[in-house]
Amino acid sequence: MVQFTLPKNSKIRVGKTWPRPEGAKNVRKFMIYRWDPDTGENPRVDTYFLDMDKCGPMILDALIKIKNEIDPTLTFRRSCREGICGSCAMNIDGINTLACIYGLDEVKGDVKIYPLPHMPVVKDLVPDLTHFYAQHASIMPFLQTATNEPEKEWRQTIEDRKKLDGLYECVMCASCSTSCPSYWWNSDRYLGPAALLHAYRWIVDSRDEATAERLDALEDPFKLYRCHTIMNCTKTCPKGLNPAKAIAEIKKLMVSRHV
Amino acid sequence: MASYTYETHNYDVVVVGAGGAGLRATLGMAEQGLRTACVTKVFPTRSHTVAAQGGIAASLGNMGPDSWQWHMYDTVKGSDWLGDTDAMEYLARSAPAAVYELEHYGVPFSRTEEGKIYQRPFGGHTTEFGEGPPVQRTCAAADRTGHAILHTLYGQSLKNNAEFFIEYFALDLIMSDDGVCQGVVCWKLDDGTMHVFNAKMVVLATGGYGRAYFSATSAHTCTGDGGGMVARAGLPLQDMEFVQFHPTGIYGSGCLITEGVRGEGGYLTNAEGERFMERYAPHYKDLAPRDYVSRCMTLEIREGRGVGEHKDHIFLNLSHLPKEALAERLPGISESAKIFAGVDVTKEPIPVLPTVHYNMGGIPTNYWGEALNPTAENPTAIVPGLMAVGEAGCASVHGANRLGSNSLIDLVVFGRAAAIRAGEVVDPKARPAEYNKASVDKCFDRFDALRNAKGGIPTAELRLEMQRTMQADAAVFRTDKTLAEGVENMTKIAGKMGDLKVTDRSLVWNSDLMETLELTNLMPNALATIVGAEARKESRGAHASEDHTTRDDENWRKHSIMRVDGNKVDLSYRPVITDPLTTEAEGGIALSTIAPKARTF
Ligand SMILES: Cc1cc2nc3c(=O)[nH]c(=O)nc-3n(C[C@H](O)[C@H](O)[C@H](O)COP(=O)(O)OP(=O)(O)OC[C@H]3O[C@@H](n4cnc5c(N)ncnc54)[C@H](O)[C@@H]3O)c2cc1C
Repeated sequence: MVQFTLPKNSKIRVGKTWPRPEGAKNVRKFMIYRWDPDTGENPRVDTYFLDMDKCGPMILDALIKIKNEIDPTLTFRRSCREGICGSCAMNIDGINTLACIYGLDEVKGDVKIYPLPHMPVVKDLVPDLTHFYAQHASIMPFLQTATNEPEKEWRQTIEDRKKLDGLYECVMCASCSTSCPSYWWNSDRYLGPAALLHAYRWIVDSRDEATAERLDALEDPFKLYRCHTIMNCTKTCPKGLNPAKAIAEIKKLMVSRHV
Repeated sequence: MASYTYETHNYDVVVVGAGGAGLRATLGMAEQGLRTACVTKVFPTRSHTVAAQGGIAASLGNMGPDSWQWHMYDTVKGSDWLGDTDAMEYLARSAPAAVYELEHYGVPFSRTEEGKIYQRPFGGHTTEFGEGPPVQRTCAAADRTGHAILHTLYGQSLKNNAEFFIEYFALDLIMSDDGVCQGVVCWKLDDGTMHVFNAKMVVLATGGYGRAYFSATSAHTCTGDGGGMVARAGLPLQDMEFVQFHPTGIYGSGCLITEGVRGEGGYLTNAEGERFMERYAPHYKDLAPRDYVSRCMTLEIREGRGVGEHKDHIFLNLSHLPKEALAERLPGISESAKIFAGVDVTKEPIPVLPTVHYNMGGIPTNYWGEALNPTAENPTAIVPGLMAVGEAGCASVHGANRLGSNSLIDLVVFGRAAAIRAGEVVDPKARPAEYNKASVDKCFDRFDALRNAKGGIPTAELRLEMQRTMQADAAVFRTDKTLAEGVENMTKIAGKMGDLKVTDRSLVWNSDLMETLELTNLMPNALATIVGAEARKESRGAHASEDHTTRDDENWRKHSIMRVDGNKVDLSYRPVITDPLTTEAEGGIALSTIAPKARTF
C-alpha cells in the first residue's frame, strides 16, 4: 500500500541548539541530522555554531571541530580526508558528496548536513551500506580469464588502458546510487550507478575474457534497465566520474549483441 | 568486573586489517587451506593503502636494465644499514613475481608503448649498485596505484569468498599464560556486540601510527592499533624512533604529493628560485632518498630561504611538464593540489613541507612475518600464534629509512610470505585451543573503564597535546635537549590517560569511544618513538641528531626494542641480521657490495 504520510518514527524533530562560541566574529550555523538507535526517539536536527576564523576549509574540518570541541557524540565516518577512501559521503546542502573535499565556501548560508538519502541509518550520519556493497560484489569485480596466464604481465595497449580511465577511479562512496530516484524506488533489484560503473570497468578491460557472461548477468529488466538517464549520478559524483555514460555504454553493447 | 556477553568464532587464522597487507595475507591463507577471518575497522577499500599514489617497486626491467640485486642494494643503502639483510633480499627477489600476480588479479597499471607495465623513477632507486643512473623501477597506475591495488585485492578476495568482518574494531589480543597468542577480542560497531575470534594464528595488519603527530599524510584511522595491542600484551615494538617525513606534503593540509612528481621531472625550489637539491645531492638531485631531501628542505627554511609570507615552506614545480603527461600520469595530484592548495599545477608551483608519512618501526618479525619477542639469548625468538605484516610490522626491510614504493611491495610480498609460513605451522585439523578467559575479561574491563571514563580531559584534547608534542620534539632535526624534553613531556601526557573523559556511553557506533581506544593505541607508539629517539646517540636514516651528526655503526648498528608499560618504556637492543639468504656463489649479492659505507648522493 502506498503510504501518503511519513511513518511516525521518521519525523524529524528540532533538536538541541548548542551555544555560540564566545567572542567570535565570523560565526556560521550548522544544522546536523542526529539519530541515536539506543534512545528509540525520532531523529532530530541539532544546531551548532562555529568560529570560522578557527576552522579548516572543508566540511569535514567543521564536523571534526564540532566533535572535538563541542559534542563528542556526533557520529560520522571519515578516514583519508583527501577524497580517496570514500568514507565521509553525506548529504551536504542537498548534495551527496564527500565532506573532506567539499569546501565550506561552496555552501551559501547555514550548512545543513544529512546522511546519504534513502539508506537505513545506523547512527547520525552513518548509513548502512551492506546492500550497496553486496550489489558491487554481485557484478564480479575481478579479472576473469580463460587463456593460460602469461609468465609476466598481460599485455595491454596504451589505448586499451585508456578505456579504464574515468571508471577505475570510483571510490565506492555511494553518493551516486543514493542520488538516483530509480535506486530509491527499486534498489532491491536495480543495481544502481556505482555497481554498473564497476561492471562496465570490467567489461571494457581488454584483458578480461568474460564479457559475454558479464552482459548475460545484466540482461534483466531491473538490474540495468531501471536506469532512466536522470543523470543525478553524474551530476553528484564527487570524483567527477560519469556513471550514466558507463550505463549507456552497457546498454549499447546489449543492443549490438542482439543485432 | 565488567560483564559483556559475546559470540565466539573459531578460525584457523584471523587477520586484523584489510589494507594491502591484510588482504594479501587473507588471500594467501585461504590458498593454504586455512579457515580465515579478516576483521577490519573500516570497509576494506577505505584502508589507507587506498591513498598510495606513486607506485610499487619491482625490478621488472620494462624501461631499461634492472635486477633484483640492484633493488636489494638500494634498499640496504636506503635503510642506512639498519634493515635485516635476509628480509631485504627476500623482498627484492620476490618483488617481480608479486607485481605480475597483482597484474593478473586485474590491477589497471599504466602501460608502455609495448603494452607492458609502466615504471617511473623514484627516490633512491638506481642502477649498477648505486653507481649508475636512476632506474625506472616503480610500477604505477597513474598516481593512484594504491587505490588500483587495494580495490583489485578486494575484488580478488570476493572471488575467493574471503570471510570479512567489516567495521569490527579489534580491542586486544588474547594471550595464554605461557605467552601464546590465541585470538583477538572485537567490538562490532553497527550493533555494539562483542566477539571473540579464537584462532591458531593472529595476523596484525593494522597499518601505521602517523596520527601520533599533528601533521601527517596518514588517514585519521592510522592509529597504530596493532602496536597498541602488542604493547598491552607485554610484547615489544622495534625501531620506533625512525619516522619518515615525506618531503612533499601540501603546506597546511598535509595531504601527500607523490615523489612520482619528481620522478616525472618535477623539482624543488627555495625563495631564490634555486633548485637547491642540485647543491646537496649533485648525483641524485631531487631524487635523493626522502630522509635526505626532507633534511635539505628543513635546512633551506631554517637558513631563511623558505617561500611564502612566513618563509616556512618550499615550492614543488611541475608546470614545465607537458600537459598530457600531467593529465595521464599525475591526474590525482593535479586534483589534490587544486582542492587543498588552490593551485593550478599547469601554471603554479605547489607549496610543500616535509610531513610525517611512514613508520619504519613496528612489531618486530622475521621475514616470514612471525612476531618476535627477542631475549638476550635468542634475539629472534618468536611469539607463537602471532604474526605482523605491512606497516604495522618491522621485518625489517626499511631499516632507518624506507625507499619510496618499497612499502606497497612489502605489503604483498610479506602478506604472501606470512600465509606460506602459516600453511606450515598451523594445523587445520587440530581442535581450536581453549582460550584464556582471564585475558578476555581483562579486555572487557579495559573497554568498560574507558566507556565510562569520567575524568577531566576529553580524548580530543589529550590527543592534540600528544600530537603537538611529537611534532615539536621528534621532528626532522632532533637534538639531545628537545628529545629529553620530549620524553619528559610525553611521559606526563601518557600519565594522563587515567583522567580521560568520554561523553558517549552507547555501544552502537560510539566513535567517541573508538577514538579513545585509538588514543590508547597511539600513546604507546608515540612514547616508544620518542624514548627510542632520545636514546639513540647517532644520526641514521630518518633519525637525524644535531648533537651526533654521523652514523655510528660500531655502537648503534642495532635494532631498538621497546616494551611499553603505561607511561614507561623499557629499552633494549638486538643485532641487525647481516647475512643475506643466498651467498654470492649461489647468485646472491656480494657481502662486500652491501658492506656499510658512507651514504652519499
Ligand atoms: C598518502 C600516502 C601515499 C603513499 N604512497 C605510497 C606509494 O606510492 N608507494 C608505496 O610503496 N607506499 C606508499 N605509501 C605507504 C603505504 O601506502 C602504506 O605504508 C601501506 O599502504 C600500509 O598498508 P597496510 O596494509 O599495512 O595498512 P593500511 O592500508 O593502513 O590498513 C590497515 C588496516 O587495518 C585495519 N585496522 C587497523 N586497526 C584496526 C583495529 N583496531 N581493528 C580492526 N581493524 C583495524 C584497518 O581497517 C585497515 O583495513 C603511502 C602512504 C601514504 C600515507
